[in-house]
Amino acid sequence: MKRSHWSIPYAIFLGVFVVLPLLLILVYALQDGSGHFTLANITRFFSDSDALGTFAVSIEVAIENTLICILLGYPAAWILANKELNRSAVTIVLFILPMWINALMRTLATAELFGMFGIPLGKGTLLFGMVYDYLPFMIYPIYNVLNKMDKSYAEAAQDLGATPWKVFWKVTVPLSMPGVASGVLMVFMPTVSTFAISEFLTNNKIKLFGTIIQENINSSMWNYGAALALIMLVIIGISTMFTGGRKEAEEALI
Amino acid sequence: MASDEHIIDLKGVSKSFGDKKILDNINLYIRKGEFVTLLGPSGCGKTTTLRLIAGFLAPDEGEILLDGKDISGIPPYKRPFNTVFQRYALFPHLDVYDNIAFGLKLRKVPSEEIDQRVRKVLKLVSMTDYEERDVDSLSGGQQQRVAIARALVNQPEILLLDEPLAALDLKLRKDMQIELKEMHRELGITFIYVTHDQEEALTLSDTIVVMDEGRIQQIGTPTEVYNEPVNSFVADFIGESNILNGTMIRDRRVSFIGHEFDCVDEGFGENNPVDVVVRPEDIYFTKKEEKTQFTATVRSCTFKGVHYEMYVDTDTGYELMIQDYDAYPVDSVVRLYIDPDDIQVMRKERTCNTFEGEMADETHVEMLGGTFECLPQAGLKAGDKVRVEVAFDKVDLLDHQEEGELAGEVHFLLYKGDHYHLTILTEDGDHLWVDTDDIWDKGDLVGINFAPEDLKISKRNEA
Repeated sequence: MKRSHWSIPYAIFLGVFVVLPLLLILVYALQDGSGHFTLANITRFFSDSDALGTFAVSIEVAIENTLICILLGYPAAWILANKELNRSAVTIVLFILPMWINALMRTLATAELFGMFGIPLGKGTLLFGMVYDYLPFMIYPIYNVLNKMDKSYAEAAQDLGATPWKVFWKVTVPLSMPGVASGVLMVFMPTVSTFAISEFLTNNKIKLFGTIIQENINSSMWNYGAALALIMLVIIGISTMFTGGRKEAEEALI
Repeated sequence: MASDEHIIDLKGVSKSFGDKKILDNINLYIRKGEFVTLLGPSGCGKTTTLRLIAGFLAPDEGEILLDGKDISGIPPYKRPFNTVFQRYALFPHLDVYDNIAFGLKLRKVPSEEIDQRVRKVLKLVSMTDYEERDVDSLSGGQQQRVAIARALVNQPEILLLDEPLAALDLKLRKDMQIELKEMHRELGITFIYVTHDQEEALTLSDTIVVMDEGRIQQIGTPTEVYNEPVNSFVADFIGESNILNGTMIRDRRVSFIGHEFDCVDEGFGENNPVDVVVRPEDIYFTKKEEKTQFTATVRSCTFKGVHYEMYVDTDTGYELMIQDYDAYPVDSVVRLYIDPDDIQVMRKERTCNTFEGEMADETHVEMLGGTFECLPQAGLKAGDKVRVEVAFDKVDLLDHQEEGELAGEVHFLLYKGDHYHLTILTEDGDHLWVDTDDIWDKGDLVGINFAPEDLKISKRNEA
């Protein structure tokens, strides 16, 4: 048996669980209820003010969530990667620990806590829940890049006359951008497509793009749901390209 | 060239990382305009010394003076030095121009002046027209030049270089050595250079500081450290050498390899054991009987480009390395002589192992973190402080660490013509020295034992 044969099971797996579903989405999106090919589902989205409004809200929430995650996550990652401030691996585990518990359970528990303290559900609670859920996905890639960064860059900058503050802004931050980019990828798009958090933490007062896809699929409007999913995929694709050095962003995750 | 004015003084500098002492009481001065090389094997403390001067590390003890003023509290970004790092550390997010301009921009130098200075320094390192290149697209040699340019553009008083040529191939390294020497001459600033390559050190330096195990072994000009090494470590590390046990018969007369030779050294006493160094190029072949000092049989002969390298066995059974422009056939018997000038006599640092210990009972002594059996010691009781002497050739080395009373590692080895002289580092960090005919390699793990009758014990007087 040749070595390349070993990849066959994985190829089958990819085909059945990745490629086939994507093709199904494409096929459903381009069909009407009776199986005829049409672009109606796509055009319907652009004239559906409800869906467009939801889309705008989703993007807004996703941008806000991503910004908050960067603002909170970058310093956290920097502290974790700094061997003088963080001497034990335990703190890193503590940051990752919430990821071991199912996100739905955490969200439900958060909703219960808000209820217990009588905090009204709305945009604030939604963002809280989102940041809580997605922060580790921002911290981890940034931590990874900072941790692997050759410290001779910082020393070289210091050697050339940079104060620690300048070293941070002129060397550390630019060199850690691949980590930030992959953090953005891992936070921004999942936020757009999430529906559970908005359901539990706003009682569906705020609908996100994921919510309307879910609603359409739930009410058996598979074709329109698939079209919406397809549109989202295209946006993910485009935003991936916009994050620039995609290869570097991918490396940040390893 | 170097003036007499000191620019840097290291006074009693020590540095430890955890339990490990990296630098032990370093005293060193560097003159203004001098090209100084810190030379030694890896782990000798040379890079630590450089990082202390650069300010990336602070000394545990002692002080570092710049122009006579202590700079211990001054952070690296305020010191008037610039460093060329071992792997260059060029900023990958900036192009060549911005890498070089980095320091100038921080100091808010006007942009026309930056332009001018960057261009000038690029010319100095022969990298004109590379301004806009991405640093990752440059070859190792080009990155090296940019790294030097980035340091020099700030017009530092001292340029620190941390093995800057280590990553380059041999040909390029030789070219860069010449260019560095040129730059040093042209700029007139002080260069402090770290390397483990003795040839590089000999080529470049005004002064070489040979280091080993956190201590300075010798400071001198290249010719001094080559021709007059102060101990067998320096002799072995710098260049090729035959290091042999000898006896100083009287002033200007020394015996080694079973023969007596005239030499030029004085003041070693009479009939005192010494180490003798003879460089392989200083042993001459002759046809004349009256010039012959000893004969030998050629065992191997290898062509090395400029010369042949031959190993010979002397008539008295010692192996010597000889380099000569002429080849002599293997198994031929040759006549040899050595000029008195070419025999370098060194005081022996020690003639046997000496340990401090304490009697456990009449037949056991505690030392080096273990308990050893000894012959019954009359007049000594448990708890008495003693000095224990063990001859170099009376230390038993065992293949497996666990078989010995002590465990250690072969730290350094010297071939002395007919036996090996090993330095063993025990697990507790003690040194012991062993003469053996067996072949060991550096880094071998060994067990160590002593036979009871080989321990010479005497009472130690409390000071």
